[in-house]
Amino acid sequence: MKGFRRVIALMLVLMMSVSLIACGKDAGEPATTPPDQDEPSPEPTPEPKQEEGKVLNIWGWNDEFQGLFKDYFEGKGKVPDGVEVKFTIVPNDDNAYQNALDEALLNQENAAADEKIDLFLVEADYALKYVDSDYTLDIIKDVGLTQEDIAGQYKYTQEIVTDSKGAIKGTSWQATPGLFAYRRSIAKDVLGTDDPAEVQKALSTWEDFYDVAEKAHAKGYKMLSGYDDSYRTFSNNVSQPWVDSEKRIIIDDNILKWIEQTKEFTDKGYNNKTSLWDDAWAADQGPGGKVFGFFYSTWGINFTLLGNALETPLPDGLTATSDPEAYKEATTGNGIFGDYAVIEGPQNYYWGGSWLCAAAGSDNLELVQEIMRTMTCDPETLITITKDRQDFTNNIEAMETLANDDNFASAFLGGQNHIKLFAESAKGIDMSNISPYDQGLNEGIQTAFRDYFNGTVDYDTALDNFYKAAIEKYPELKRPD
Amino acid sequence: MKGSKKAKSISYAKWGYIFLIPFFLIYIIFFMIPVFSTFYNSFFENYMSGLTQIGPNFVGLENYKTILFDSDLPKYAYNTLLIWIVGFIPQIVVSMVLALWFTNARLKLRFTGFFKTVIYMPNLIMAAAFSMLFWALFSDIGPINNFLVAMGHEPISFFQNINATRGLIALMNFLMWFGNTTILLMAGVMGIDESVLEAAQIDGASSWKTFWHVTLPSIKPIIVYVFLTSLIGGIQMFDVPQILTNGSGGPDRTSMTMIMYLNKHLFSKNYGLAGALSVILFIVTAILSFIIYRNLMERDSSWETRRSKQAIKGGGK
Repeated sequence: MKGFRRVIALMLVLMMSVSLIACGKDAGEPATTPPDQDEPSPEPTPEPKQEEGKVLNIWGWNDEFQGLFKDYFEGKGKVPDGVEVKFTIVPNDDNAYQNALDEALLNQENAAADEKIDLFLVEADYALKYVDSDYTLDIIKDVGLTQEDIAGQYKYTQEIVTDSKGAIKGTSWQATPGLFAYRRSIAKDVLGTDDPAEVQKALSTWEDFYDVAEKAHAKGYKMLSGYDDSYRTFSNNVSQPWVDSEKRIIIDDNILKWIEQTKEFTDKGYNNKTSLWDDAWAADQGPGGKVFGFFYSTWGINFTLLGNALETPLPDGLTATSDPEAYKEATTGNGIFGDYAVIEGPQNYYWGGSWLCAAAGSDNLELVQEIMRTMTCDPETLITITKDRQDFTNNIEAMETLANDDNFASAFLGGQNHIKLFAESAKGIDMSNISPYDQGLNEGIQTAFRDYFNGTVDYDTALDNFYKAAIEKYPELKRPD
Repeated sequence: MKGSKKAKSISYAKWGYIFLIPFFLIYIIFFMIPVFSTFYNSFFENYMSGLTQIGPNFVGLENYKTILFDSDLPKYAYNTLLIWIVGFIPQIVVSMVLALWFTNARLKLRFTGFFKTVIYMPNLIMAAAFSMLFWALFSDIGPINNFLVAMGHEPISFFQNINATRGLIALMNFLMWFGNTTILLMAGVMGIDESVLEAAQIDGASSWKTFWHVTLPSIKPIIVYVFLTSLIGGIQMFDVPQILTNGSGGPDRTSMTMIMYLNKHLFSKNYGLAGALSVILFIVTAILSFIIYRNLMERDSSWETRRSKQAIKGGGK
């Protein structure tokens, strides 16, 4: 009996310690996705010449790049034998990705060779923070890309990641001009036409936009889904950065316009009171939605809108070029596939963008160079990505060619050549007013003013809450005098 | 042999100390050092600006000034206590009733073991999972709203309503902890000598009077304990409101608890302000515990304490 009790006690102690260890691990480490082992690698590349690291660590905030990498780099057999690719994904919300990335980068020197970050992604909202630091490498001098490699890219995608000394610290596969994606069926009901040219005429200024919103409301539709839908059309056309040289937070007039417009839309019932990225917002983009349209940039259409519009998700790996027949079959009649179309909308804008940065201390620079070249410079890869995924990729010539190609059409957008619009819009992108604080402040003002739009608090309280949250997040910032 | 000569003076005390070493080691490493470093940190300006560290610069009591006079700490303290009380009152009432039912031999309740397990269940679920569940249930397009719409009611945006958000947090705290409290109170009630209860009944006391004058005073120490632990747990309320409001603290920061506020500073790696806030919370918790404990225990000079003292003197049971 005593022996039995002892065994039980021992087991309990073991179980507890195991669960403690497990808990500790869960809390401490961000989830890492193991690479796909069964990916065939037909022709191993003759590189690497020098001794390269065995593990390639890539950090990102969602699986967008992971999917591209799998299909267009790993899938093409470009990962050398014996190199393991490890993705670490930490969601963007509330600066969580930045915080996790910062911690890893600060620890980069002490990390074991296989744990060191080699490549990481940054978004426009906080790209500057990493560009102006020693944690990113010059893609020309350090990584080894050439000027010719990047000559075809949209200039603004390079300017934004150029540091104060003139070094280019990142490279992107996409340019992110913004458009307004509307539901053809709803446009027909409200405006009597679903032709993009006609709809654009009806929505070419904000005054027109208000008029259409009123008409849509009368017919039982909502013009926009949530409070933040039109945010980027204002916030990315500001005349000054969020923070001035004295570290004071400056709210641009354009942001004030967004607040005014959204309050009016909310009070009049022109929107559905959702917030960006929440379930109700995603549902509004799907078959059950009654929302006229959404402001979206390139990635939003291929990565978010398409997914939300479908009733049943597409099988893994199926793209428009991988198997055109199966793709057509899987999408026809699936949800509201084909019911969206895009127009320039009332205002030219951009939204987001992802850049690849090489981390200082990486032991896989050869491979990083190859990934950057293939994924962001190689016209052929970029064209395939556009054809497969509707993404607007970072090669001026290729995009112009597609824009003028009458045979190119997006089935998702009902046969429209959206690249034509994007190519036009991309010319106007000006990112000179971004700051390292954009993510926290953009999220902060959206969260704080939600209460104002709802009518829970008045304008001044919302503003005060915004400043409070901003200074909590960035202790170095100050309120304007 | 030497041993047999010294046998009389062998002291086992040293083994006591040796066996205590692991406890003190762990206590020092995981408790004393963090507490002192928190105190230490609270006197410095120390945070991350992007990838560069600012500080640590000694700023004296500046952080305390900021927290006490230049922040909304009183508001967050009010939120925390309000949500705690709204959850605690039903918790203690329901637990009391359940404890009495489960321990009452006359009721001849069946399946008590089953019910005890069921009411304890919510406590086993992770608070994070539990609040995710509520968040999904009460979201703008969640099942509760679907139900309301199906009943012909307007949908309600629960998380944009101050009372609804606070109420939901209180409800979840209640659901998670009333099982635990029931078990504790049952232990207290079962510890009462049957003969005392019988004597009261023979004297013609109604069951309400028995409860009020016999049961309740007898389990006072347990109630004090429940109250104290719940209050301290309440001050540390964090995970439920954090997940339910996605860290924003609900509409107009009205469900932001003190620890959520602390977390905001920790999240931006602002060790100075976070340290000062922690120290303030530490002191408040210590004072509250001390006051309540003394008040409730000292006033208790009824026969119950005397009796238990006698019992201890007499060797106890």
